[in-house]
Amino acid sequence: MLVGFLMLLLFQLAGELIVVVLGMPVPGPVVGMVLLLMCLIAKGDVPESLRIPSEALLKHLALLFVPAGVGLMTHFSLLKADWLAILLALIVSTGLTIVVTALILNPSAKKLHQLERES
Amino acid sequence: MEFWAFFSAKPLLWLIVTIVTFIVTSWLNRRLGGTPLLHPVLVSLSLIIVFLLLTGTSYETYFEGAQFIHFLLGPATVALAVPLFDHFERVKKMLLPLLLACMAGAVTAAASAILVAQAFDASLGTLLSIAPKSVTSAIAIGIAEKLGGYPSLASGLVLITGAIGCVLAPPIYRILNVTDEAVKGFTLGVSAHGMGTAYAFEYGLMAGAFGGLAMGMTGAFTAFMLPVLVPLLGIG
Repeated sequence: MLVGFLMLLLFQLAGELIVVVLGMPVPGPVVGMVLLLMCLIAKGDVPESLRIPSEALLKHLALLFVPAGVGLMTHFSLLKADWLAILLALIVSTGLTIVVTALILNPSAKKLHQLERES
Repeated sequence: MEFWAFFSAKPLLWLIVTIVTFIVTSWLNRRLGGTPLLHPVLVSLSLIIVFLLLTGTSYETYFEGAQFIHFLLGPATVALAVPLFDHFERVKKMLLPLLLACMAGAVTAAASAILVAQAFDASLGTLLSIAPKSVTSAIAIGIAEKLGGYPSLASGLVLITGAIGCVLAPPIYRILNVTDEAVKGFTLGVSAHGMGTAYAFEYGLMAGAFGGLAMGMTGAFTAFMLPVLVPLLGIG
């Protein structure tokens, strides 16, 4: 558990370092996640010590969004000015995203289904 | 009153308030059948904001306690690699259509949100905060920070997007005649991140698994895609 948590922190650190050194406009933890994924693919399985803290964190992922979300209270004037633009943008783009993704994937539906059955 | 003056200045109080509020709203949401419109995060942050305003507490004071929770977003984002790896092993052979759908969906989500908001004269800060709205908050908060948007606005917009996605998906599936569970789940993960994934589990385990895969893939792809797309759209 502790070793696994340390691994997560070290991959995050590696991600943050790479982002700073290369001057990439990408969040460090995302780079850390990609690095960890590549290591897991190379290794072929997830060590139990890593799986336990990872699943514990992800199980409560929603809680972790609350502190940043409360920061909305500092943006009331912005929300007041832009609420209509925001609402329309969210509805239109979310609808479009669903249509585009579903239309591209639908022709592969049968194959996906078979694959999932096999495993 | 002295008690309040003492504890309201301590990080511990706001840490406890955050966790207690979340536990209560999660319990309430389960009792109400898990509706995405009353998502525990949305309800929690509304209640906490009202509480802070009523007690005249600044966000800075609140965050001194809440930062201990906020900090865990970093390792949690790295941890997304674990379920991603689990799903990845299973769908290796079908990676190409999945990647294609994820990339097209992610670009559509960001570009159309920015263009519509721009057409209605939204400010630059809003545009940069709306760009990562289809991505899980863990990643969207980081993206908004990097782009120069407002991380807290971004995380709020992500949650609203999640609720909208769960409401819009079923009628769109009916119109487009999408019946396959895997396609339904993956599409929900691309368009509505973790909330879509949670919703996808109602279609079945397979839909949920594809939702989780889509959420991770879309998050990682969007983090690298937006720094390229945003200048292309002439903002930022």
